[in-house]
Amino acid sequence: MKRRDFIRKSVSAGIFTGTALSFGGYGKIFANTVNDPELPYDLVAVRDGEPDLMLDKALEVLGGIQKFVKKGQTVVIKPNIGWDVEPEKAANTNPLLIKRIITHCFTAGAKEVYVFDNTCDNWTACYKNSGIEKAAKDAGAKVAPGHSESYYQKVNVPGGKNLKDAKVHELILSSDVFINVPVLKSHGSAKLTITMKNLMGVVWDRRFWHRNNLNQCIADFATYRKPDLNIVDAYNVMTKNGPRGVSKADVVTMKYLIVSTDMVAADAAAAKIFGMEPDQVNYIQLANDMGVGQMDLSKLNISRIKV
Amino acid sequence: MNLAGLKKLRVGFSILYFILITCFFLDFTGLIPSSYYKTIVFLQFFPSLLQFKSLLTISSIGFIIVIIITFFYGRVYCSFICPLGVLQDIISFITKKIRRLKQYRYTYLKSYRFIRYSFLAVFVFGLFSGFALILSVLDPYSIYGRIASGVFRKTIVETNNLLVSGLQKINVYSLYHVDLKPEHWTILAVLLFFIVTIILFSVFRGRLYCNTVCPVGAFLGLISKFSVFKIELDKNSCTSCNLCSRVCKAGCIDTKNQQIDFERCIACYNCMTVCSENSIQYKLRWNKKLAIRTEINKNDNSRRQFFAITALIFAASIRKSRAQQVVTDTATKPTGRDIPVSPPGSVSIDTFNASCTACHLCISACPTHVLQPSYTDYGLIGFMQPVMDYHTGFCNFECTKCSEICPTGAIKSIKIETKKITQIGIAHFVRQNCIVRTEKTDCGACAEHCPTKAVRMVPWKQGLVIPEVTPDICIGCGACEFACPTTPYKAIYVEGNDEHKMANEPDKEKQEIKVEDDFPF
Repeated sequence: MKRRDFIRKSVSAGIFTGTALSFGGYGKIFANTVNDPELPYDLVAVRDGEPDLMLDKALEVLGGIQKFVKKGQTVVIKPNIGWDVEPEKAANTNPLLIKRIITHCFTAGAKEVYVFDNTCDNWTACYKNSGIEKAAKDAGAKVAPGHSESYYQKVNVPGGKNLKDAKVHELILSSDVFINVPVLKSHGSAKLTITMKNLMGVVWDRRFWHRNNLNQCIADFATYRKPDLNIVDAYNVMTKNGPRGVSKADVVTMKYLIVSTDMVAADAAAAKIFGMEPDQVNYIQLANDMGVGQMDLSKLNISRIKV
Repeated sequence: MNLAGLKKLRVGFSILYFILITCFFLDFTGLIPSSYYKTIVFLQFFPSLLQFKSLLTISSIGFIIVIIITFFYGRVYCSFICPLGVLQDIISFITKKIRRLKQYRYTYLKSYRFIRYSFLAVFVFGLFSGFALILSVLDPYSIYGRIASGVFRKTIVETNNLLVSGLQKINVYSLYHVDLKPEHWTILAVLLFFIVTIILFSVFRGRLYCNTVCPVGAFLGLISKFSVFKIELDKNSCTSCNLCSRVCKAGCIDTKNQQIDFERCIACYNCMTVCSENSIQYKLRWNKKLAIRTEINKNDNSRRQFFAITALIFAASIRKSRAQQVVTDTATKPTGRDIPVSPPGSVSIDTFNASCTACHLCISACPTHVLQPSYTDYGLIGFMQPVMDYHTGFCNFECTKCSEICPTGAIKSIKIETKKITQIGIAHFVRQNCIVRTEKTDCGACAEHCPTKAVRMVPWKQGLVIPEVTPDICIGCGACEFACPTTPYKAIYVEGNDEHKMANEPDKEKQEIKVEDDFPF
């Protein structure tokens, strides 16, 4: 970089940052900064393969992960690592899938890949026993903690009805690319947990959401920062006793994977796989009505792949 | 025979042992496997005695080893193994360095036998009456444990947190932040009192604490009266130069009369190192045993009786009161826990209270920080003992850490399969406070966290679901109470079981769901 360019860029970056800071919270700089790539499909659904293979197929039809991750960028991956249970119980995202996503990111030239979750059970046990910590480290990613308030920054949620602000994990704010990787599960009160519900793991105070109309808050937060990519793990699906599950008897092997940039669409498709209509899940309807995404699958350009 | 090397052995061993035992209290990451704990801590005299009393296992014979060693060589325990003793030695050593003294400057002290036996009597009373507070307050290992947990561990954690904040700024996450809950001020007050006492004693009078207050020291002193080998001054070669007395932390060498009060000797071997005449030696004194015993019986029996009675009156005046712990403090319906919850493996609250010495090893090691020192939860008897605090955390379903490391047997070893059905309490749902009822919105945080689905959501009205508790599969882990978002009161809380029970196995029925052959959309 020439000196002149450097000065010009620094000054403009400074002005941008300063302006953004004066207009709102620190997080607003990054809010809604989404890479919006041209994609051949709105949603890709793959079935009957192993999780990593299905991911390869889905990314292939979308034009590779290069569409989302550019050389030198930092990536944050948010799986569901909520519970201290073994992978077979399907309470957490499949570690094999996480590993593959990380590998793809690095192949595309990612500078750094981070993985974290604000877990429900003891976080070190969750990270370890879910198999995700090892899978992520093996693939070269950095596993970050999310168990302490000190990792969270307050941001405004301008589009929120009940949720006007939230404390969001600093990695979500600082990373270039945000990949949301939930596992499809039944849920005692929200009925299902998929992409939008998974974002409860990037904020600090979940109790506020529970007090202030859980479904509305889930939809509200979906307006804040659209993940650049959502990958739904529906290989093993917990069909009852969710979200924690009691035993392996709660799990049905369905062998599905959904990839989309639209959380509402991904949740709608996952609900269908689960055997529910999207409008039965309150927050999907709410998010759809708030314009977060499209729950009417017939209006979407979907690629269906059987492996 | 030159035994000057004994001091080197003592210093080397004690420092190594002290570091190891301290590491257990400092390990906030769970790095050290549980199996290591007992191999080191089992030698702690009083915890081992308590464990033997309740479990009668081979792993709890540490105190017998200590008694045997004492019977042969005197209070080796006090200088080699007792972490509180070694801590005092370290403080004395630092004091010496600060004052730039070439030698310690101690003098012969008179024996405060009366005070020493009084504390011992009170302690013995505590042991047999089950009034554990006395044990918690006086057991030297437990005092050290609380210092290590409350001061050293917190310092390490806070330093770690400071470091983490720095690393966080450059996106380095190899270390992580640890949030600690501050204790009740009374617990800190007791801690502070002992720290100040220990420092004052050790700075000014060496090991005077061990020879006045410490009941373990007093007890081992009684045994060392009959030791096979005793450290004695050789009257023929001693020149009464007083060098040995100046380095004697216990102040038990009377050079004027060329006598060593072996009952108070803590076997530090400083005297042997400085004596140029080699006059201080371990000598076989088996034959004197009988004579001394009769003398003791004559002297001490009345005193002991006197103090046992005093202790009885003292203890009787303190009623065991189970103060009500307010779970929540302002909501529509205040909810309180009448019975506290003790950790899984503790069998019942009474046996737990009677055998825990509040060393805080489990509190230091608990991965979820659900174990916290109690204030009034158990009443006065269990002051400072660990209690399940469901506002700080909840008991991890897959964890038995505290039961694996407890040195006193207060929390007995428990298999993970048993722990998962051990009912330490039962969840109580307070519908009046529930979000679903008051706000008419979905919540379900409690059911979400429940590992057995003892708390589950059932249809209510307006298409909403509301929690329902199935008591016979609830284990009382407190996940529901911790997760419950209502303020200022919780809408679900755990009532402790006085006696722990066995819960039923949760539902593990397989469902029949057929996956369609084609995409459903």
